[in-house]
Amino acid sequence: MNPLIPTAPAAGMSEPVFALTFVLLMLSPLAIAGVALTNTGLGRSRSAAQAMLGNLAVVAVAGVVFAVFGAALAGEPSGAGHAFHLAGKSWNWVGSGGFLSHSLTPTPNSSFNAGQLGTLFEFLAVALAALIPWGSGADRLRLAAGCAAAAVLAGIVFPFIAHWTWGGGWLAQLGTSFGLGAGFLDVSGAASVHVAGGLSALAVVWIAGPRKGKFPKEGFSTAMPGHNAVYVLLGCLVSLVGWLAWNAAGAILWLHAPLGALPATAVNTALSAGMALVATAFVTRFRFGKPDASMCANGWLAGLVASSACAALITPIESLFIGLVAGVATPLLIELLELAVSIDDPSGAITVHAVAGIWGLVAAGLFAAQTGQLLAQLVGIAALLGVVLPAVYLLFFLLNRVVPFRVEADGERIGMDLHELGGGAYPEFVLHRDESYR
Amino acid sequence: MKYAGLLVLPAGFFLTIAALVLFPDPVRRSVFVLCGLAIEGLGLGVAIRGHILPRGESQP
Repeated sequence: MNPLIPTAPAAGMSEPVFALTFVLLMLSPLAIAGVALTNTGLGRSRSAAQAMLGNLAVVAVAGVVFAVFGAALAGEPSGAGHAFHLAGKSWNWVGSGGFLSHSLTPTPNSSFNAGQLGTLFEFLAVALAALIPWGSGADRLRLAAGCAAAAVLAGIVFPFIAHWTWGGGWLAQLGTSFGLGAGFLDVSGAASVHVAGGLSALAVVWIAGPRKGKFPKEGFSTAMPGHNAVYVLLGCLVSLVGWLAWNAAGAILWLHAPLGALPATAVNTALSAGMALVATAFVTRFRFGKPDASMCANGWLAGLVASSACAALITPIESLFIGLVAGVATPLLIELLELAVSIDDPSGAITVHAVAGIWGLVAAGLFAAQTGQLLAQLVGIAALLGVVLPAVYLLFFLLNRVVPFRVEADGERIGMDLHELGGGAYPEFVLHRDESYR
Repeated sequence: MKYAGLLVLPAGFFLTIAALVLFPDPVRRSVFVLCGLAIEGLGLGVAIRGHILPRGESQP
């Protein structure tokens, strides 16, 4: 058992801790850059420029919408919110912050306010959450639709989850209201970012449908490998730096961890990712005869995602176990989703982010020191599956009527780059006829 | 069928919430929370099954 137990936040933050957390948060966008590189590499070469521009546009739209509107719903961390009373308990369901990121407005007597860093954390987290469904819609999701989906996520979906978990909402209060451990723990965004993003990816894949020719009338599904394994694997390395920073910043902000706990958090993050990669390499070596580069990348990312929930709460041995499970499950589930249930998810985001995120949340409950923590984690997962998935599906379903998600057939045939941007990412490449159309 | 599955998901969630409110006993509460999750799993399974495309189709 790990002795680290969440404690009540201090009234203010000391200057060194504030500065360290700020620097860590400035490094965390490397996780966004890594996921963007991986998304682009796993798509096709004829859609690479549109994919990378889409990554930037999605991050931009999500940031703007969250700053203008979403931050008000998310509320300030541990700040006030709107609550209703049921069965003698208070259910704080939405924040009551100011619009236009009012909480970040500097005042003459600005102290080192952890709330401002919390809002910055959420501002960066929403960008990563919005990026996840964009990767799943690769090669057929229109740029405008990706941006609109990011706006919906950043303006409506993410703020509610962020308030429930980080803003003193009803999930965070499960400990005080029902005696369930320290309440729902989502230290670095496993729920708010990865499970929410992964479930959004599932909704996008369902609504947009698979790529043309992916599931032919006869035989197995068509393999459509990513166009650049170097981008994919470089994205994994870049992500590691971002994740190390993100998990450490999350531990300080949401667990109020002492600085002495940060080295263990970093080691646990790296161990989880490393063990997951090794496990995926073994599984793909056993399944296909040779290790699969893109699957190994997905395994690495799944290990990082699982660590988001619990890196600050576990021991190194436990992080190895968490990485092992994530690494074994990831390639098997990606294959199962594609072959058995016709889910065309080019980036593997549904498995990498939603499933690995849920596993991390469960592991946080399994290995936490407090009684009832596992039940709190299960209630949080029930909220994500029972509220977030249907809500995202409904919102995207309605959005699809206004801004069609899927590109026209001709656009898919000539590639998203030429269709949407008028030029390709690799103009000197010779374009080949697509052999996958049957 | 896909919409029926998505409607079952909130039902599982409300069972989980009901378990928290109605059962102070940790064992009963845990059992009902697990039941809520099982119902959500059922709903997810139905929704996934409803979204499986007949071979050859590329759009829902």
